[in-house]
Amino acid sequence: MRQGRWLKVYSLTYLVFIYAPVLLLPIFAFNDSAIVAFPLTGFTTKWFEELWSATVMHEALWNSLYVGIATAVLSTVFGTCAARASTRFDFRGKKAAMGFIMLPLVLPEIIVAVALVVVLVQMGISLSLFAVVLGHVLICTPFSIAILSSAFNNLDLSLEEASLDLGETPFSTFFRVTLPLVAPGIVSSLLISFTISLDEFIIAFFLTGTDPTLPVYIWSQLRFTAKLPGVVSLGSLLLLASLILLLAAEYFRRRANKKAGTEGDGTGGFL
Amino acid sequence: MSAVPAEGKPLLGGRFRFWLKSEEASGFKLLSPAFLYALVMLAAPLAMVVVISFWTQELIDFDRSFTLKNYEEAWTDPIYRVLMLRSLAISGIVTVTTVILAFPIAYFVSFHVKHHKPLWILLITIPFWTSYLLRVFLWKVILGYNGVLNSGLIELGLIEEPLTFILYNATTVVITLAHAWAPFAILPIFVSLEKIDRSLLEAAEDLGDGPIQRFFRVTLPLAMPGVIAASLIVFIPTVGDYVTPRLVGGNSGLMIANIIQLQFGQASNAPLGAALALSAMVIVAAISVLIVWSSRRFTKRQAR
Repeated sequence: MRQGRWLKVYSLTYLVFIYAPVLLLPIFAFNDSAIVAFPLTGFTTKWFEELWSATVMHEALWNSLYVGIATAVLSTVFGTCAARASTRFDFRGKKAAMGFIMLPLVLPEIIVAVALVVVLVQMGISLSLFAVVLGHVLICTPFSIAILSSAFNNLDLSLEEASLDLGETPFSTFFRVTLPLVAPGIVSSLLISFTISLDEFIIAFFLTGTDPTLPVYIWSQLRFTAKLPGVVSLGSLLLLASLILLLAAEYFRRRANKKAGTEGDGTGGFL
Repeated sequence: MSAVPAEGKPLLGGRFRFWLKSEEASGFKLLSPAFLYALVMLAAPLAMVVVISFWTQELIDFDRSFTLKNYEEAWTDPIYRVLMLRSLAISGIVTVTTVILAFPIAYFVSFHVKHHKPLWILLITIPFWTSYLLRVFLWKVILGYNGVLNSGLIELGLIEEPLTFILYNATTVVITLAHAWAPFAILPIFVSLEKIDRSLLEAAEDLGDGPIQRFFRVTLPLAMPGVIAASLIVFIPTVGDYVTPRLVGGNSGLMIANIIQLQFGQASNAPLGAALALSAMVIVAAISVLIVWSSRRFTKRQAR
């Protein structure tokens, strides 16, 4: 298959293009030069040591963790209810309501950010990390719904029926049968929403008051050339964190599919 | 599925209690938290933006009398018109390049990869999960005057002077965006290719179509929904992108989102910013509808 070989070469080249920028992070994070450029001058860990003592950055990190955890919990709660509703029940207006909830997926983030700023300022609520959480929940809920819908779709309804027939109440059925079966999906949703929130910039940029999140902090550093090596080393740590979170989420998603006895479609559950 | 309330008109209260136990009510109750949240945090704010766009900014407060002045300014001032058209042009180019570049890899994974499809998909999606801000920043580092690309090429002796055409302009914005949105284009195309019934391809071959004819007469038309979805997924958000033009665009690469942010920030003219944001949204929505509509007509004609 000659055609197949050419396509393979093309696809591998494309992967290199996709990964090239990201691979620069670890290279320059350990490069002993204040300028991020070739030639490489030597190995150092001093940029990481600088990060260790950068107190403003530490505050930004805590802010991001707070926002990320709050966002992950809230959007997963919303997502669980909505995914359950859309996969298990049929009712009038379901399609329209679901379409509306999923709308933030296709809206430019700047529109979401602008709308939230306007309304919060009008209501006299000061911009803060809490405001960032409100915005992040809005954009993370659709992802939670997508992940959890596939978890609920794979659920065998007869298991719940059996539990009800055997005398369990609907409440205990949910906690003893349904929840354990979709638990991996819930963990995956928590991890994905956390990762999205941790990386999100525009909404945080508009809504955060005086407390920066990590991306907003990074943005403020980009203006200074001297700070770039520090940003690169911080970036490689973030890259590592994102990768770990992601692989964990993927692991749980696959377990969710396995538990339900299906293979899944291999698309990450987002389509 | 939904339970129909019993006929014979019982008391209204009884009927409502009956409805509360129905499937429909259960569905409503479960969906309502997410729905109400979206209503309060998205629909209401968007409505507020619409209202504000008809107001006038005074020093710290608004003059709340109705005016179309903001829209007049947004649509007639040459600065805003240039930025709007540039945003649409850049996004259009980004969309076309990204989708054309993405198609072959989606095709490869769908038709030629036998056992490692999930692995390929995972490999394609991983970079999308790393910070967008960082990826854009990295392109700045790569394409800058003393950047990685220029310093690397000089180091290798391939060029003497730094290349300048990749510096802080619209081209840089296109490269960066095409890179950032690649996975979004690949996935929908891949999914629609996966859905194609392989026996249709065999049928086309049996009926005498060569590989190229088969591709254009069977595969491509059937993959069209994915291509359209990919185009919209790339086009809609890139028009409103803020980070990329700001970081790598220089002055000639600035886009509409930058000026919108300016109105809400330093220029503190929220009504004008709102009018600009809404105008952009309406234009993008109109173009998207046009794309979907014309593709439907195209596929219908193909089917005939």
